[in-house]
Amino acid sequence: MKPPPFAYRAPRTLDEALAALAEYGADAKVLAGGQSLIPLLNMRLAAPAVIVDINRIGALDTVFVDATGVRIGALARQRRVERATDAARVQPLIGQALRHIAHPVIRVRGTVVGSLAHADPAAELPVVLAVLGGSVEVASAAGGRRAIPAAEFFAGALEPALRPGELAVGAFFPALGPRAGTAFAETARRHGDYGLAGVAAVVALDDDLRVAAARIGCLGVAATPFVLDLTDVLGHRPPDSCDWSAAAEHAKRAVRPEADIHAGGDYRRHLIGVLTERTLRAAAAAARDGVIDD
Amino acid sequence: MTEERLDVEMTVNGVPRGARVPARRLLSDFLRHDLGLTGTHVGCEHGVCGCCTVLLDGEPVRSCLMFAVGAAGHAVTTVEGLAAPGGSPSPVQRAFAECHALQCGFCTPGFLCTVTALLRDRPRPTDDEVMAGISGNLCRCTGYQNIVKAVHRASELMAEAE
Amino acid sequence: MTTKLFGEPIPRREDPRLVTGRGRFLDDLGGRALAAAFVRSPHAHARVVDIDVAGALDVEGLVAVYTWDDLGGRVGEPLPLLIPHPALTHGRTGYPLARDVVRHVGEPVAMVVATDRYLAEDAADRILVGYEPLPPVVGIEAAAAADHLVHEDVPGNAGARLVQEVPGPDGLSAPAAIERAPHRLEFRLAIERSASMPLEGRGVYARWDADDESLRVYSSTQTSTSVRMAIAAKLDLPPAKVEVIAPDVGGGFGVKIVHPWPEEILVPWAARLLGREVKWTEDRREHFTSSAHERGQVHFVRVGFDDEGRILGLDVRFLHDHGAYTPYGIIVPIITSTQLLGPYKVGAYRVEFTSLYTNTVQVTPYRGAGRPQGVFCMERTMDRVAVHLGRDRTLVRAANLIQPGDFPYDQGLTFQDGRPLIYDSGDYPELLRMVKELIGWDDFGKAQTEAAVRGRRLGLGLACYVEGTGVGPYEGGHVEVDSSGRVHVSTGLTSQGQGHQTVFAQIAAAELGVPIEDIRVTTGDTRRFRYAVGTFASRAAVLSGNAIALACRALRDKALRIAADALEADPRDLEIEDGIVRIRGNPAASIPLRTVAVLSNPLRYAFDEEAARATQFAVGGSTDQPPVAEGEQPGLEGTQYYSPVRSTFAAGAHAAIVETDPDTAEVRVLRYAVVHDCGRLINPRIVEGQIHGGVAQGIGGALYERLIYDEHGQLLNASFMDFLMPYATEIPAIETAHLETPSPLNPLGVKGAGEAGVIPVSAVIAAAIEDAEGIRIEEMPISPDDLFRLRERARRAAGESSGAEAGEARPV
Repeated sequence: MKPPPFAYRAPRTLDEALAALAEYGADAKVLAGGQSLIPLLNMRLAAPAVIVDINRIGALDTVFVDATGVRIGALARQRRVERATDAARVQPLIGQALRHIAHPVIRVRGTVVGSLAHADPAAELPVVLAVLGGSVEVASAAGGRRAIPAAEFFAGALEPALRPGELAVGAFFPALGPRAGTAFAETARRHGDYGLAGVAAVVALDDDLRVAAARIGCLGVAATPFVLDLTDVLGHRPPDSCDWSAAAEHAKRAVRPEADIHAGGDYRRHLIGVLTERTLRAAAAAARDGVIDD
Repeated sequence: MTEERLDVEMTVNGVPRGARVPARRLLSDFLRHDLGLTGTHVGCEHGVCGCCTVLLDGEPVRSCLMFAVGAAGHAVTTVEGLAAPGGSPSPVQRAFAECHALQCGFCTPGFLCTVTALLRDRPRPTDDEVMAGISGNLCRCTGYQNIVKAVHRASELMAEAE
Repeated sequence: MTTKLFGEPIPRREDPRLVTGRGRFLDDLGGRALAAAFVRSPHAHARVVDIDVAGALDVEGLVAVYTWDDLGGRVGEPLPLLIPHPALTHGRTGYPLARDVVRHVGEPVAMVVATDRYLAEDAADRILVGYEPLPPVVGIEAAAAADHLVHEDVPGNAGARLVQEVPGPDGLSAPAAIERAPHRLEFRLAIERSASMPLEGRGVYARWDADDESLRVYSSTQTSTSVRMAIAAKLDLPPAKVEVIAPDVGGGFGVKIVHPWPEEILVPWAARLLGREVKWTEDRREHFTSSAHERGQVHFVRVGFDDEGRILGLDVRFLHDHGAYTPYGIIVPIITSTQLLGPYKVGAYRVEFTSLYTNTVQVTPYRGAGRPQGVFCMERTMDRVAVHLGRDRTLVRAANLIQPGDFPYDQGLTFQDGRPLIYDSGDYPELLRMVKELIGWDDFGKAQTEAAVRGRRLGLGLACYVEGTGVGPYEGGHVEVDSSGRVHVSTGLTSQGQGHQTVFAQIAAAELGVPIEDIRVTTGDTRRFRYAVGTFASRAAVLSGNAIALACRALRDKALRIAADALEADPRDLEIEDGIVRIRGNPAASIPLRTVAVLSNPLRYAFDEEAARATQFAVGGSTDQPPVAEGEQPGLEGTQYYSPVRSTFAAGAHAAIVETDPDTAEVRVLRYAVVHDCGRLINPRIVEGQIHGGVAQGIGGALYERLIYDEHGQLLNASFMDFLMPYATEIPAIETAHLETPSPLNPLGVKGAGEAGVIPVSAVIAAAIEDAEGIRIEEMPISPDDLFRLRERARRAAGESSGAEAGEARPV
């Protein structure tokens, strides 16, 4: 289990990185945190001709927080974002999900943007980005920069909508709106494993503290993050009188997860129901608590 | 087929070290085979078992999930560097021995590095913090009972030393 | 007090090295050695048509490529069948490198040697092997159906079939006793595959000394002496020219007792051929597909019992999945069939197993070695009987227990060592009482009901077991006191974390009366001790422990004889304390052991000051006697062997409380209690550690770990991402209590402790989940998905026929 040989480039600037990616195109693979890529290399399941290591590009190690949301650079490690209290205030769902990613030691190296760009259907962060309607910012030597909405970015399992030569340089997670709350839950076999199924929920209340919007994102149930708007199912009622289990039933009916060695499709669908109800309730409670705190 | 080699230099256990290696040389292999620091162990080479955990600029990382060249210019601490400069074992090392927190000893260096960083950040960890802190390291011998005890004991020893 | 060390929880003497990174594990050695890698079969069953190595030849750093055609002499013959048995009529083993046919994914086909492992893997990747796929046989049912064969000369895929029968006191056979019993049940119970999975894989490092024509081999093995004999035989070397050393071994748990592995032959063979040091370090993927697995068995149980739950007849047939080869014979199913009975007397017993070949990794013992399956059968049977009769589960067990007055108790079977299955000692009712007390058996019903009111599901399970430990044939111990007073203890068996350097030193310190600091223990090094069997079957403390004790006693007698001479005293008046021989009651008259060591070796040449005291003009005494008295040997040293007439039997009882999530079907173990009896404890802390580790592996086997093959024979979860060994977060706090019924069979009164923790866990967890859920648990391990499906099935069944309990065992 040793990685195959590759040519190695370690650019110091973004321009150098983009130039390298432009030069090698599909032959190149970007190395950021390496917590997903290097296992694949060690098992020789991937054998890129060139590795472009972006770890020396300090300018990408950024976390910007403002009222609109959290903008995370390609080199920001998950552990750093997890500990960023300002980011948690503006968008708590990021931190709630980060705690479910593997183990602290993995998060020390793993990057937020790298996890998005890996586009694993069982991963937490793609679902967070999708349910929040965030975007991934990409850059290339030829095409400059563009922002790809989450709904388009996750094109398939392990298939980000990146063109050869493009680098995901950052991600934008929109801020939580007023009177809104979030929750994240997943069921994993062991602590730190990929979830068998997981749900990220965002619930916003209106001025009368009735449900104004409710969305969930599901992991582990499709090739890409599965987002579902449950606002109408819940019917603009105060959380206390919402039929959460009806929403859960709705979510369950909406997903068609496949079986793998760890769980069958029926069980995964059942979990989506259970976790939908749990996270919706928790998100609504957080929304209301936020209002009361204010 | 001649593979390009790179000069890789880093500070290991406080000492500048270097070797000329291919870019694909894993940090774990660099430490073990190029620098001869065999205390860092390799249990899975896909980042799950935690045996190869070392400290990179003080933070615990899997040395099997990094290329040596990626650690160039950084400071690495391995199990060989945990003891005090005079050679007396660190509180974490002492606590592991005192609590019988190891049997075969293969996973131990990874645990020691992980716990060293954990206790630096959380000198008096709760049970939950201990569990979360060591949750990424596999041990096949001890059933973790005495490892958990050892983390708390190391915390005590550190407090006593202050 | 140095002489009170036996039984003390002293800190381990191994640890100062291991916590500072100074361990010497296999891959820590041989920094200059060439690296080996293997081309392994991607097919479960295929004919090897051709091997094209041309592509590998331009890999810089390539030294050699070998296929079966290159192997000459005995190296090219099939690997040995280590433990033949008359019932193993169709034993089969593989070749070191596949000859014509590969029979499991991961079987070695070609060996590459290069200057480092990276390059060796590059070269291996470029070797093109042409395969003609053959139909794979995967799973016990498919093997039994025998539509296809794993070995074309093994009809029905059946390697072995063995029946053992013990009639009841009334002379009735088990089937007849069951037929006449007031109550009868029959059911199927299954356990899936798992594996030892030590964190250090296997590894071999060989150095050939061309001048001396000798070989030194390091192997991460549980038996260095037998590896030595195997290498000597295969490479046609005199055993005296081969030394094998087990360095620090990063866990074994059974898999490393198998030998010689293909790599253990090929690496030394290549080292000799190339005249270079060669090393192979197994990687994790290789370990999954190229070492060994265990546990997979399907059992069909028929039981007849009376109104009290006393078992009048028990008839168990089971199918054992042996994988592709049988290098370790049929030890695992023999142990299942004999240890199944546990602490119980059953009226009449019949057990029959068929051992089946499949195109999967071979099956050899993993900690517990067939016992977890047997205990699962017996204890699930006890629970079923209790439910059927509406009696408390512990009462049914109590009604069947062997009583303290019944020892030695002959179960009437033949054990894995070919000896009668006679239990030496124990107090099983007390074990049951203790575990009930520890877990709070009698109060649990209330807690369960209260939890249910709050929507929580709690369940309590319990299981008992008896474990034959300390199996023969023998181990030895060598003890030597040098002229500095250091005591060198060596034994041939190996260590994989059991703390042998500590416990053997405790035994020696206690027996000799020397400070433990003066004692150095060496294990698993054939340069120091040549005759040994190995570390398995919870036997090290019993076999080597007693051998070392006997060697110490002999050495002590000799020391006292010499000291008596020097002190002009009667040996019977002497004692040794803190390394000094004294006349009892006269502390002034004493002589240090190091001086006795000097005196024991009459010298002509003085190489140091101590030696000068033993030279011919320095020593006084009689001139008409030979300097070395008749019947004595020079040196204060001695070797003794301990060879038990049969195994000694440890026992225990475990209980657990689990909580099942009503929504997600996740299972959490809230409490786990162990009562354990391994006779006298040498070091309680080490015994506890063994139990902790065993229980954790048991919980892994009950809730997390299973090796999953698809119908093509591909192992789908050959990584730590997908083979779910528990982390700390998955293991509950383990509560332990000890009972000590010394073994009458050996001088120290000890029994083995290494495997005990793992044995009853699946039975305990299954019982607890069943208690929480009211759903029968017949197969382990159980995942949340499994429990979800069982709930769905029970719900459907309840809907279909209201009233009939789902999964109810049917009376026959």
